[in-house]
Amino acid sequence: MIEFKLPALGSDMDEGTLLEWKVGVGDTVKKGQVVAVVDTTKTAVDVESWQEGTVHQLIAEIGRKMPVGTVMALLLAAGETAPAGVGVGGTAMPVPKAAPAVAAAALVAAPAPAAAPTGPGRRMISPAARKHAEEKGVDLDSITGTGPHGAVTLEDVEKAAAAPRAAPVVEKSAAQMAAAQQAAKTADMRKTIAAAMSRSKREIPHYYVAEDIPLANALAWLQVANVQRPMAERLLPAALLLKAVAMALKRYPELNGYWRDGGFVPVAAINLGVAISLRQGGLIAPALLQADSKPLTVLMQELTDLVKRTRAGSLRSSEMNEPTITVTNLGDQGSNSVFGVITPPQVALVGFGRVAERPWAENGGLKVLPVVTTSLSADHRVSDGHRGALFLLELNELLQHPEDLEK
Amino acid sequence: MTDAEIRAVALATLLSIAPEVEVDELRGDRTLRSQVDLDSMDWLNFLLGLHEKLKVEIPEADYAKLITLDDVVAYLQKKLGAG
Repeated sequence: MIEFKLPALGSDMDEGTLLEWKVGVGDTVKKGQVVAVVDTTKTAVDVESWQEGTVHQLIAEIGRKMPVGTVMALLLAAGETAPAGVGVGGTAMPVPKAAPAVAAAALVAAPAPAAAPTGPGRRMISPAARKHAEEKGVDLDSITGTGPHGAVTLEDVEKAAAAPRAAPVVEKSAAQMAAAQQAAKTADMRKTIAAAMSRSKREIPHYYVAEDIPLANALAWLQVANVQRPMAERLLPAALLLKAVAMALKRYPELNGYWRDGGFVPVAAINLGVAISLRQGGLIAPALLQADSKPLTVLMQELTDLVKRTRAGSLRSSEMNEPTITVTNLGDQGSNSVFGVITPPQVALVGFGRVAERPWAENGGLKVLPVVTTSLSADHRVSDGHRGALFLLELNELLQHPEDLEK
Repeated sequence: MTDAEIRAVALATLLSIAPEVEVDELRGDRTLRSQVDLDSMDWLNFLLGLHEKLKVEIPEADYAKLITLDDVVAYLQKKLGAG
C-alpha cells in the first residue's frame, strides 16, 4: 500500500488545506499526475503524485487543514490487491482513518490560541470551522460546539449553515466578504514570509557581492532577435538573465542546492526559483525547472506561463518544492540594486536591479551604456566571497555573448 | 474607431492585467507605468492584448513612444487609420 502524503509545497509551508480531489477511488494514477488541489497560505497548488498506483482510499477531507506529512490517500501499487475485509473506498479502515483525525485534533489545539489571543472564557473554534463560518456567514455564537471541550468543529458549522435560519443573520455584501477573505489571505501570507525570512536571517550567515554588468551586447542582440519574432514570441531581457544564471551555476555548483542536516547537499538539476510579486501584495518564487537545458524561446514561454499561473493561483507542487536557488529581478520599474534574503534551505540568491543607462569607463574612455547591477547573496557556510565574485564574473562573461545563450 | 472606443479597449486590457486600477483616477497625460504597477511582463501582455483585440502590430522599436495612455490611444488610432 502506498501512502500519499501532503508534501511541503515550499520550504516555508507546514500545513495545507485540501480544496479538491482530482482523482476518485479506483482511478489509476500516473507519475506526475495532479491528484489534489491544496491551499497554502500563499496560493492554491496542484499536488502531483510521484508514485504510480490505483486509488484505494481518499482519507483527507475537503476543507480541512492538515500538517505536512499527513497521509491524504492510499494507493495500491501495481499487482497489489486490497486487504481482505475492506471494500474498495470503504470507510471501515480504522487505522488510517484515525491518523488524520488525531492530526486535526492537534491542529485545533495548536493554532487556535494564536489565532484568537483574547481573554479567558474564549470558545474553542477550529480554524477550518472559523473560515467556513466566515464564508457561509454563520454566526459562531449561535452554534453549540460538539468537539472536545465544547469546541466548534467544521461539522457544527456545516450543520448550522444547512439549517434554516431562525433569526435573520446580518447579510454582508459579497464585496465585503471578498475583501475580508482577501485581507485574511494577505495576513496569512505575510506570516509565512515572516517565518521563512526570520529563519533565514537567524540561521544563514549571508555574504553579499555585487557586479555592474554592461548589457549593450545583450540588449542589441535581443532587439535584432525580436524584430523577426511575432509579438507573442518576443523575448524579454529577464529570460536572457535567467538563462545566463543557469549556465553560470553549472560551473559553481556550491551555489545550487540545499543546506540540510548540518551540511550542503548539491543538486544536479538547476531549478531557478523566480520571485514573482503578486498584485495584492506578497510574493511567490516557483521554479523554472532545469533552466540550463532549455532554449531561450522555451524558457521565455515557460516564464510567461509561470507568471500567469502564479497570479492565477494554479502552480504545480514540483514548481513549489523544487527550486534550488532563487533569482529576483526588480525589472525596469525597480531600484538600482537588490541584496536578497536567501530562501532556506537554499544557499544562494541572485538579484538583478533595474537596467538603466549609466556612464561606463572603459579603455581610458567614457561612454553611456545600459547596465544592470547584479548581486549575489550566498550562504557563507557553503561558499566564500571569492567564489561568489567569480560566479558574478562568469555571469558577466556569459551575458556578453548572448548568442551562445540561445540554445 | 473613435478615440473614446480605442481608450475603452485600452482600459479594458489594462484592467485584465491590473484589476486593482481605479480607472477614474488614471491620468491620460501622465506616465502610465508610474500610475499602474506594471512590470516588463505585464507591459508585454498589455501590448499583446491590444494587438489581439485591435489586430495592430506594435514593433518593439515603438515601445518607447508609448508612455502615457494618451500616447497609446494616439498611436493605435494612427495605426488603425493607416491599416
